[in-house]
Amino acid sequence: MSDVIAEVDVLVIGGGTAGPMAAVKAKEKNPKLKVMLLEKANVKRSGAISMGMDGLNNAVIPGHATPEQYVKEITVANDGIVNQKTVMAYAQESFNMINQLDRWGVKFEKDETGDYAVKKVHHIGTYVLPMPEGHHMKKVLYRQLKKARVEITNRYMATRLLLDENGAIAGAMVLDTREGTFGVIRAKSVVLCTGAAGRLGLPSSGYLFGTYENPTNAGDGYALAYHAGAELSGIECYQINPLIKDYNGPSCAYVTGPFGGYTANSKGERFIECDYWSGQMMMEFYKELEGGNGPVFLKMNHLAEETIGTIEHILHTNERPSRGRFHEGRHLDYRQGMVEMHISEIGLCSGHSASGVWVDEHAATTVPGLYAAGDLACVPHNYMLGAFVYGQFAGQSAADYAQSHELPAVDAAQVEVERKRVLAPLSNPDGLPPAQVEYKLRRFVNDYLQPPKVTKKMEIGLDRFAEIRADLAYMSAANPHELMRAMEVHFILDCAEMAARASLYRTESRWGLYHYRVEHPEKDDADWFCHAQLKKNDAGEMTCFKRPVDPYIVELDDEEKDAYNRLRVVKQAEAA
Amino acid sequence: MPMTMNRVSVPVTVDEDACIADKGCTVCVESCPLDLLAIDLLKKKAFMKFDECWYCLPCEKDCPTQAIRVDIPYLLR
Repeated sequence: MSDVIAEVDVLVIGGGTAGPMAAVKAKEKNPKLKVMLLEKANVKRSGAISMGMDGLNNAVIPGHATPEQYVKEITVANDGIVNQKTVMAYAQESFNMINQLDRWGVKFEKDETGDYAVKKVHHIGTYVLPMPEGHHMKKVLYRQLKKARVEITNRYMATRLLLDENGAIAGAMVLDTREGTFGVIRAKSVVLCTGAAGRLGLPSSGYLFGTYENPTNAGDGYALAYHAGAELSGIECYQINPLIKDYNGPSCAYVTGPFGGYTANSKGERFIECDYWSGQMMMEFYKELEGGNGPVFLKMNHLAEETIGTIEHILHTNERPSRGRFHEGRHLDYRQGMVEMHISEIGLCSGHSASGVWVDEHAATTVPGLYAAGDLACVPHNYMLGAFVYGQFAGQSAADYAQSHELPAVDAAQVEVERKRVLAPLSNPDGLPPAQVEYKLRRFVNDYLQPPKVTKKMEIGLDRFAEIRADLAYMSAANPHELMRAMEVHFILDCAEMAARASLYRTESRWGLYHYRVEHPEKDDADWFCHAQLKKNDAGEMTCFKRPVDPYIVELDDEEKDAYNRLRVVKQAEAA
Repeated sequence: MPMTMNRVSVPVTVDEDACIADKGCTVCVESCPLDLLAIDLLKKKAFMKFDECWYCLPCEKDCPTQAIRVDIPYLLR
């Protein structure tokens, strides 16, 4: 068939964080396999960590934390709705992965004895390991890809997964984003590592690409998994982060906290006990922001000169290094003023919250031959180290699956339908520009889906989304780049509809601000102590259903269960 | 459907005297995670073709002749 541009054993989609690890580990598991890493950008500088990372948020290091403690912390931080087996699998492999990265040349902060210098940021345990020189992370990964002889295919995007007659994975359909041509990659197994759905809400600046997440992460994998029939989970548990107002970098309590920086109100007073990002923390942040003591600030101006110098070095050279330029433009010096903060646009991301493609402790989705890792795979609060660990699981699982399966036949009918959908905007010279459709769609996401969640608003949102769905066929692309953006608009719309339907389904409030339903303000464990799943049913409709939470493997004390519900600083009543 | 071209000020500036795209360099074009930079075929110099910037800085850091400057986009400056 002329559409087939490659035949591989394992296809890894997304070359940011989890993807390179999955590809390397698949190849290590079975060097005879042909492993391809497909990337929309260039793997040298792609994904959420294109400029590196300033630290590990969830390092489980012997002597500082145990896997059991970590599982408890994440269970409580995610309001009980956790498949503990997946979190435990991460926690047990966390330290091995840190040591491996250390051997690969990643520089972690160590104390004078050579031990990892772990800091406390979470409410209960101690898990944060700074990487002051973390800007070289992508180079380290690239070296390993070359060493493992992974085949790298840059500037291609997957638009749909290809299935065999039994609904198992047969490969992916792809778009060459430089040439605007359509193709098929046959594969025995596929690993999705496409990151968060970061271009869902519109930043309040109105700049489409000023998102918290790397905006190339448009939710591709959420839509790919959904259309392949996979179960998604916790989509209603949005990602909402505290950010610098107008600038999309995190306020970085993780970096500044251990040095004595903290989140404050306009009076410079602390109002939350713990700066670790959780829905419960975001709720207190939101209340303070909207209340009489708002807005909210990051306070560092009480710190010593050398401390501020160290913070500046970390924040202005890693992860989001343009933040120094932003502060300069606003004439803000950490030594004098406080940094004004705000709430990010909404997104879907399991790395930070819990919205993702359902996976088990081997990174397997519910579709045979399909695996997922990183921000899009539903292992709550997994962050970068979790992406590496689950990338490893996914690569190894996908290698085993490929070993024991033949390459499925290509279904010409699926390919034909997809070719038409993908190439349509090129033959529509007078149609709607994708950027305009995207702006309108994401403005509706803000208007109707942003918490506090109101039933009628979300229902109106669904009506608007249906109208935009009808517009998709009229989009126009003047060049291959615009065609890529047009296909991303399809993904964003799928994610918007998923966010609305999953939020309407769970008729209670949970995870603080992430799922605050105004008409159902209380947590309802009797009816809703369960995962809310979402999938495409046999009729092609989006459906939601409950999945029970597996019995805990680490029990919680009553005191611990409530820890994240007591984040607000309690003030002593003044004597009358 | 009739269309218009709106002018926008873009965040990435290229110093054309320093840029060596005319010698075959495409480092910035390859490093952009959003594929926003291109080489002007007449001038043989790099330029920002699409205003979809994440101001993440690989183009500036990777440029072998320090020809690129990334500013914060005007809307959020």
